[in-house]
Amino acid sequence: MSLQRFIQHALSEWMKGKGPQSDIVISSRVRIARNLSGLPFPMLATSSQSAEVVRRVEKALHQAKKHPVLGDAELIRMDDLNELQKRVLVEKHLISPQLAEESRHGAVILSKNEAVSIMINEEDHLRIQCLFPGFQPDDAWRLADQLDDWFEEHLSYAFNEECGFLTSCPTNVGTGIRASVMVHLPALAMTQQLNRLFPAITQVGLAVRGIYGEGSEALGNLYQVSNQVTLGQREDEIIDKLQGVVMQMIEHEQNARRRLRETSPIQLEDRIHRSYGILSHARFISTKEAMERLSDVRLGVDMGLLNNVSASVMNELMVMTQPGFLQQFAGQRLDPEERDIRRAVLIRERLSTEGNPEESGKTR
Amino acid sequence: MLCQECGKRPATLHYTKIINGEKTEFHLCEVCAQEKGEQMPGAEGGFSIHHLLSGLLNFDSHPQAGGQEQTGVKQETLRCPTCGLTYSQFSKIGRFGCSDCYQAFRERLGPLFRRVHGHTAHRGKVPQRTGGQLKIQREIERLKSELNQRVANEEFEEAARLRDRIRALREKLES
Repeated sequence: MSLQRFIQHALSEWMKGKGPQSDIVISSRVRIARNLSGLPFPMLATSSQSAEVVRRVEKALHQAKKHPVLGDAELIRMDDLNELQKRVLVEKHLISPQLAEESRHGAVILSKNEAVSIMINEEDHLRIQCLFPGFQPDDAWRLADQLDDWFEEHLSYAFNEECGFLTSCPTNVGTGIRASVMVHLPALAMTQQLNRLFPAITQVGLAVRGIYGEGSEALGNLYQVSNQVTLGQREDEIIDKLQGVVMQMIEHEQNARRRLRETSPIQLEDRIHRSYGILSHARFISTKEAMERLSDVRLGVDMGLLNNVSASVMNELMVMTQPGFLQQFAGQRLDPEERDIRRAVLIRERLSTEGNPEESGKTR
Repeated sequence: MLCQECGKRPATLHYTKIINGEKTEFHLCEVCAQEKGEQMPGAEGGFSIHHLLSGLLNFDSHPQAGGQEQTGVKQETLRCPTCGLTYSQFSKIGRFGCSDCYQAFRERLGPLFRRVHGHTAHRGKVPQRTGGQLKIQREIERLKSELNQRVANEEFEEAARLRDRIRALREKLES
């Protein structure tokens, strides 16, 4: 498979698209947890009950032929995918590691542009997820809300008046909504301000995590900010609060970038160009180093200090240099050392096609 | 606040563990929490919110129950009739087995929800289709109590009007 074709095939809309505030906010996501009434939650469901969940959802989906989003969506069963294919879906943030590894009769409905992914038989029967580029949690919520309404017309949800939508885990009960925004905060990290920022965020009831969710390490200065409370607040209140807090984070990051430019412009440029140099010439690079260097280069692009690369290339590379993607691209399983070599090749090739003046003229 | 383990990174996980009535507070950063998670029994695959959660659930003892044993007995007998999950199992795994668990464990959930969410009642979205029926049911209940009041006051004309409205709503519910 050619690199170009693989990229086109491999990229989700959120990686290609330029959204609002995309110099700092990578993506906005909303997921809604729902369960069907009359069937135990996936943890206790028998194999035939789990199969029944998929059957009901698939039957509903058959009635969605004319739906603008679900009309051309595809239902993919985990059992039909190999390990590498599942891993790629995880790295593209379309499914969770749990669905890939542990689910029984797990499946996912993917819209054509991959902005919508609906997991079946993960922790809950349904996890409706909308992923948008840039800072637009309200748009992601609106779409998730519409899809939820559509499914509710065709399926009976587990709901009670007092507790709202019933979920497997008590941390999701009520609205079942988890809204999260992925932010790139290199300047705050460089100026050591995250230590002060994060405790403040947790104090207002939001959580900060690394990019692959719970317990994952923060690679490449990328952080996920999300709501914790799902019960007792309306969905729009939850979204508004998250939006307000992230808006302030954006402002802090902008200020930190401005200050860096004012106080240490040479050091900043040096760091960015050094990282660019390493990425375009390295023969061997780990995920961790690649993510750090990509973060620097991305900062350079976003601050206008580096003109021969586009921001979307940075988005692509941040996903494509992950282990699963590399192996998918290579078409075989690779040991860590081989991965580091392939990763370096991939980054070099991508940056060199990008550095071509004709190509970059188009992207800018 | 800095992490109590490494003293370098900010503490992002704060929780209290109670074992045999002995209270220990933890303030950890993600990195140390993960390391610690591996030392904790049953915390395979790291330190997740569910492990914290089961700590919260165990914490939930009834002061009026009096005595450890009685509380233990009560936990054991609290069982969801639909899926068979007991409250003590729920408190270990931090997950409900089915939607009926919410009803079965109802009396114990208030304090838990308050700790996790700060609230106990849903204020968000209501299902359009089945939620519509819910609204009608609530309206019927409200009209019925008003009807009883009118009858008691011998306001029969108004009572008859209410009876017709209830009948209309019931028909709507069945259609």
